[in-house]
Amino acid sequence: MLPEALQNHAVAAAFSGLATGGKFELAELTVEVAPENIVAAMTLARHELKFERLSTVTVVDRYPTEPRFEIVYHLHSISRKERLRLKARVSGENPEIDSAVPVYRAADWYEREAYDLFGVRFLNHPDLRRIMMPDDWEGHPLRKDYPVTGPRY
Amino acid sequence: MAVNTGVTTELEIQRDHARREGEPGGTRSMVLNMGPQHPSTHGVLRLLLELDGETILKAAPDIGYLHTGIEKEFEEKTYQQGVTLTDRIDYLAPLSNNLVYCMAAEKLLGLEIPPLAMWTRVMLAELTRLNSHLVWLGTHAIDIGAMSVFLYAFREREEILRIFEMFSGQRMMTSYFRIGGLALPHPRGWQKRVKDFVDIFSSRVDEYEELLTNNRIWTGRTKGVGYISIEDMLDLGVTGPMLRAAGLPLDLRKDAPYCGYEKFDFKVPTRTENDVFARYLVRIEEMRESRKIIQQALEGMPSGSHQADAPGIVLPEREKMKTQMEALIYHFKIVTEGFRVPEGEVYQAIESPRGEVGCYMVSDGTQKPYRVHWRGPSFGNLQATSRMIEGTLIADVIAALGSMDFVLGDTDR
Repeated sequence: MLPEALQNHAVAAAFSGLATGGKFELAELTVEVAPENIVAAMTLARHELKFERLSTVTVVDRYPTEPRFEIVYHLHSISRKERLRLKARVSGENPEIDSAVPVYRAADWYEREAYDLFGVRFLNHPDLRRIMMPDDWEGHPLRKDYPVTGPRY
Repeated sequence: MAVNTGVTTELEIQRDHARREGEPGGTRSMVLNMGPQHPSTHGVLRLLLELDGETILKAAPDIGYLHTGIEKEFEEKTYQQGVTLTDRIDYLAPLSNNLVYCMAAEKLLGLEIPPLAMWTRVMLAELTRLNSHLVWLGTHAIDIGAMSVFLYAFREREEILRIFEMFSGQRMMTSYFRIGGLALPHPRGWQKRVKDFVDIFSSRVDEYEELLTNNRIWTGRTKGVGYISIEDMLDLGVTGPMLRAAGLPLDLRKDAPYCGYEKFDFKVPTRTENDVFARYLVRIEEMRESRKIIQQALEGMPSGSHQADAPGIVLPEREKMKTQMEALIYHFKIVTEGFRVPEGEVYQAIESPRGEVGCYMVSDGTQKPYRVHWRGPSFGNLQATSRMIEGTLIADVIAALGSMDFVLGDTDR
């Protein structure tokens, strides 16, 4: 459900069927959706709302709270000069979400990076391998329970 | 699932290579590893190429050789300390990175920046654009075989680095923009130095053009090379001069003006040819436009303070610390524990010399950022490599890569 303050926001209202939450803070719109609806939300944003570009995909680790990972997508509409932040939360037990590559090909490397550094698996991704760290690296460095210093690092 | 990803994978190349080996009488292919130390990759980019003679059948870019965990390090530094990390991400455009980081933090803090600081930021950000474009021009020309341009381009770049040194004390890792304004007041005599540079720079751009624009070898190597459709570019995350050379006038300085850019008079150069030569012309024209912005900033520089009036966030003046107890306490607190930033999240994007550089900053209300994500323009631009060079000749790879103007520190962070 969208919060009442957002019901009249043109872009946010388009997500009314999908949104589980949202906010408009610091002049930036955030819409939250359930992880299973992320591809539907992206398709809607791209084809109906004319967000032509995917700027970036990243993750915020809310360890130790659950659901632990926030997958954050930043979209940009060139024609309307607007930006949108889509967000989906997945659990730390089984961090999985559908890949956005079928909608925006730009998601390819961003999702690989998120997989590499956070260990979030993107289903249906064409080439989900590590991108920054060596292939035999253990652990996912940007997780909050991964130490900054230690004997190996 | 068969998705055309745009980025060819190493596995695809291995499979294709094996398939061709197995076909009796078919064309065989050769797999060539270009990089990660190849000089034309300007850093440590590795390209896996599958070749049929001189033609590239498939190309898979491989990055990550310069990953230094900067995003993790942000989480361990106070907000003000984080500025120094941003210089090291895209080391050819340190001040653009300083700017986007500071603007993100200032947005979370709700801080207003005095006009003098804003105009100085614009002026130095444009000098950074010149700095970056000059390095690009010199190295791009060397890659293609025009050796002398490098010497001319670096002559002017040296002068820009001297200006940076004058302002910040540093030639490359400037860290001159701080949250709340500038690190230091303007140095004595800066106007003359910048004016001398602005006065001479137009004729210097003419010089580069004389060397290249009508040079038959240069046009032969660049015209019609490195084409990629505008739809592919948008879909793959390309921004900056590459898009503008395809006719799309996307420039965040115009589309989402920040830092007072709306007060400056400049054009966004575009071309429609969408090849290496068009990208060259767009960047040359951008240098002329940047020069105009620097001139306007120089002539209209407002007076006033170089820092916002925000005790507890900006460091107090040295003199006040010797006479006022309060200033001394603020100084001690800022240096030892930093300042708290209200909870929230913000995505700030600006136009760096390479395209959209974005800083996604999440604060949990403490003195250190909870998360900083860096959207480097080179990262998005590099995703277009496969689409751009597949089907072309291996000699054109050098020209096409040069026209993308990536910095590997920016992709790998």
